[in-house]
Amino acid sequence: MKFTSLALFFIVVALSTTSFPPATYAVDPSEILDNPLLEKRARHISKDLRCLVCQNQSIDDSDANLARDLRILVRERLIMGDTDYQVIDYVVSRYGDFVLLRPPVKAITALLWLGPLIFALIGVFSLIRYFWRQTAAAKNEDEI
Amino acid sequence: MKRLGYFLPLGILAVLAAYLAMGLGRNPQELPSALINTPVPTFQLPPIKGQKKGFSNLDFLGQVTLVNVFGSWCEACRLEHDLLMNISKKKLVPIFGIDWQEPNPMAGPAWLKRHGNPYTLVGNDPKSRGAIAFGVTKAPESFLIDKTGVIRFKHTGRITKALWNETVWPIVQELKMQ
Repeated sequence: MKFTSLALFFIVVALSTTSFPPATYAVDPSEILDNPLLEKRARHISKDLRCLVCQNQSIDDSDANLARDLRILVRERLIMGDTDYQVIDYVVSRYGDFVLLRPPVKAITALLWLGPLIFALIGVFSLIRYFWRQTAAAKNEDEI
Repeated sequence: MKRLGYFLPLGILAVLAAYLAMGLGRNPQELPSALINTPVPTFQLPPIKGQKKGFSNLDFLGQVTLVNVFGSWCEACRLEHDLLMNISKKKLVPIFGIDWQEPNPMAGPAWLKRHGNPYTLVGNDPKSRGAIAFGVTKAPESFLIDKTGVIRFKHTGRITKALWNETVWPIVQELKMQ
């Protein structure tokens, strides 16, 4: 009896934590724009902008005051008729490239973007060379 | 020569490790300002309760100005405050204050009443408009603006006595000469 009630307890705890994640959303309902199209663009932009207080969250995810104020600013600029690019540019001109969660392709970030490709090419090249040599060695043996 | 080839991956790894180790030592909280040597962006802040005038980007022309972002909630600002009071008493450079993200309209004015007001002008900034214009991430943060309204210096965090004497004050004097 004791065992079953204990088991039941654990099942309830497990269910309550796994199937019902706490419904917390950083974006406050009062911030959401009436125009669904603008709101969609605002959410899209916000997801790419870093919250500078918490750094590894986007402003869309963050509950920090500064993130909230940036979200509102993004929406205001969209209402004023800015393009997505203009809004992002406005924020980047003040906070620098660091505010972008996706680093832009520039001379200074070239290694970051091209590095994996370079390493992959080196790998493919050495593999090809390795097999080419092996077949060449096998051919030599045949000839002997 | 062939042996050397075996050590190549190890060499690449060593270079990569050294490069990444350098990155580990850096402070990610310290961001270079994107605004150094650019004109102060357009903004306008209303006054705080009990004062007549806030300020905008047009108020910087003609004199060297220290802009200081603060808030009554900010502990480090309290630590910095005595230095700002000294600067103000000695009239070394006018200080414009951005009163950032106060929980209520009376919090900022009450704080200045209690600890003294070193600011020539104070702008109320509950919605981070001024803070975002300056690319501020935390308080206190300070900027030096030259006579033509261009941002010349930024410091995130408290201005200590040493920093003032060794860095900020010399820049102020240099900007005043220009």
